[in-house]
Amino acid sequence: MSVDADTVRRIGRLARIKIEDNDVEKLQEELNVILGFVDQLSEVDVDGVEPMTSVAPMALRRREDKVTDGGYPEQIVANAPLSEDDFFMVPKVVE
Amino acid sequence: MTTELTKLSLADTVKGLKNKDFSSKEVTASYLYAIEKAEALNAYVAVTSDQALDMAEQSDARLAKGEGGALEGVPLGIKDLFCTKGVHSQAASHILDGFKPEYESTVTQNLWNDGAVMLGKLNMDEFAMGSSNETSYYGPVINPWRAEGDNKDLVPGGSSGGSAAAVAGWLCAGATATDTGGSIRQPAAFTGTVGIKPTYGRCSRWGVVAFASSLDQAGPIARTVEDCAHLTTSMAGFDPKDSTSVDLAVPDFAAAVERGVKGLTIGVPKEYRVEGMPEEIEKLWQQGLEWLKAEGATIKDISLPHTNYALPAYYIVAPAEASSNLARYDGVKYGLRVAGKDITDMYEQTRAAGFGREVQRRVMIGTYALSAGYYDAYYLRAQKVRTLIKKDFEDVFNEGVDAILTPATPSAAFGVADQEMAKDPIKMYLNDIFTVTVNMAGLPGIAVPAGKDGQGLPLGLQLIGKPFDEETLFAAGRVLEKSHGEDFAPKQWW
Repeated sequence: MSVDADTVRRIGRLARIKIEDNDVEKLQEELNVILGFVDQLSEVDVDGVEPMTSVAPMALRRREDKVTDGGYPEQIVANAPLSEDDFFMVPKVVE
Repeated sequence: MTTELTKLSLADTVKGLKNKDFSSKEVTASYLYAIEKAEALNAYVAVTSDQALDMAEQSDARLAKGEGGALEGVPLGIKDLFCTKGVHSQAASHILDGFKPEYESTVTQNLWNDGAVMLGKLNMDEFAMGSSNETSYYGPVINPWRAEGDNKDLVPGGSSGGSAAAVAGWLCAGATATDTGGSIRQPAAFTGTVGIKPTYGRCSRWGVVAFASSLDQAGPIARTVEDCAHLTTSMAGFDPKDSTSVDLAVPDFAAAVERGVKGLTIGVPKEYRVEGMPEEIEKLWQQGLEWLKAEGATIKDISLPHTNYALPAYYIVAPAEASSNLARYDGVKYGLRVAGKDITDMYEQTRAAGFGREVQRRVMIGTYALSAGYYDAYYLRAQKVRTLIKKDFEDVFNEGVDAILTPATPSAAFGVADQEMAKDPIKMYLNDIFTVTVNMAGLPGIAVPAGKDGQGLPLGLQLIGKPFDEETLFAAGRVLEKSHGEDFAPKQWW
């Protein structure tokens, strides 16, 4: 399978990465090289094969459903590019 | 100031400190001096001199009282992928500019609990995506090794290129590293050092910046097999904070190092004899088998039929998981923010400016593979192929194979800014052809230097083991190390 220019732009939007118009062609080429490489997988007979969901043969551990951590908002926002009163600040989302 | 103490192995450093032949402050200062003199290697992205000397002083106080942990006073380098409290932890990416975590990763905490000293943070490929350490925002790491009679800069491999170069260049007694597709073993092979990727679940992933969560595993790079065993013992262990951490006792791995290979069956997979493999690597592989045989191992030809599909399956699974893991870098919670005309534009501008080319490419491949209409064809199929790859290994282990010997890499270290690699991403990806299967199956793998190529550059062999049987890898790795008897020390030019 391969991607066209519109798909490259669409993937960029889905991935939230701004793609400059003059870069679409180059990116398309690069992505298609990789997609061409992974196309080999279509040769493999996977009928009746279960997809891997866990590398180690173990059930996912679950913990009790209770709050075990928290209470330090100042640490949570300590690395934020912009924060105020322990809130993350972002551009206006609702008009 | 001399750098004599930096030439000791980690095991000898531990012994010397316990015997009070020298203090942690002395050995730490020697390493800091060596680091200062080695700027040309670009191995460190942050040096924590004050913290290192503080930690060393505390270690010396404990050692003076006859106390202290297994690594008391030993100076280590930490890959920039590990979160270290209050210290540069940026995965060598622009998007994490200024990030100083409020917490410590479990693996590094385990090392500090055993008394180790942190020298600083090591350069790496951005978000651990790369095989040459050239995707780092901080520029490439230079391999301490050069070809005989040549001044050309070579890559140290990647993604743990800073870890490997720092260990080979005597800039730390040992280093932490991580391996998602070969990122410990390939750089170890390129720098004449030893690196082990433990079994998936052995070392906690908590506090390690996530790349591909079902493949990522932390491990050490060090100058000897024994040094790696000591570090693995300290780094490993059950951690309730990582849901895939395995609740299993950690053996004293160093106790297994001199166990030998008598009575073991070593598998030789025919699928690893790839087209175009240099003759010297083929010869090295044969030599490795001879060494193991001479020490009492039985050699058995085996087949791992889905080997060829591991790399293409990896380039679906790893980017898919990365696209999800890297969604958190949005310019809001930490790191870089580039202003935009609205919030979506801010996200897009931030991620375009903050992620390097290779990371963007992989996030896009992953996004595409997971997008509506393509999930079954790509991701689901790749995960099925992964089941088959794992089964290949299970079958040979069930037939009585104890470990598998393969080359570690298809070549020795190549040049910085190699044109062929730059032109074709697949060429770069092929560096991991022998290592990536191990991640796909969650197995342990060790790379041990075993010889040199025609230009005097180190070459490594890889041993692959059964799940949670790292001990056999240390024992067999030690046999390779003992048998070659070569000095894997680069000629110091920096």
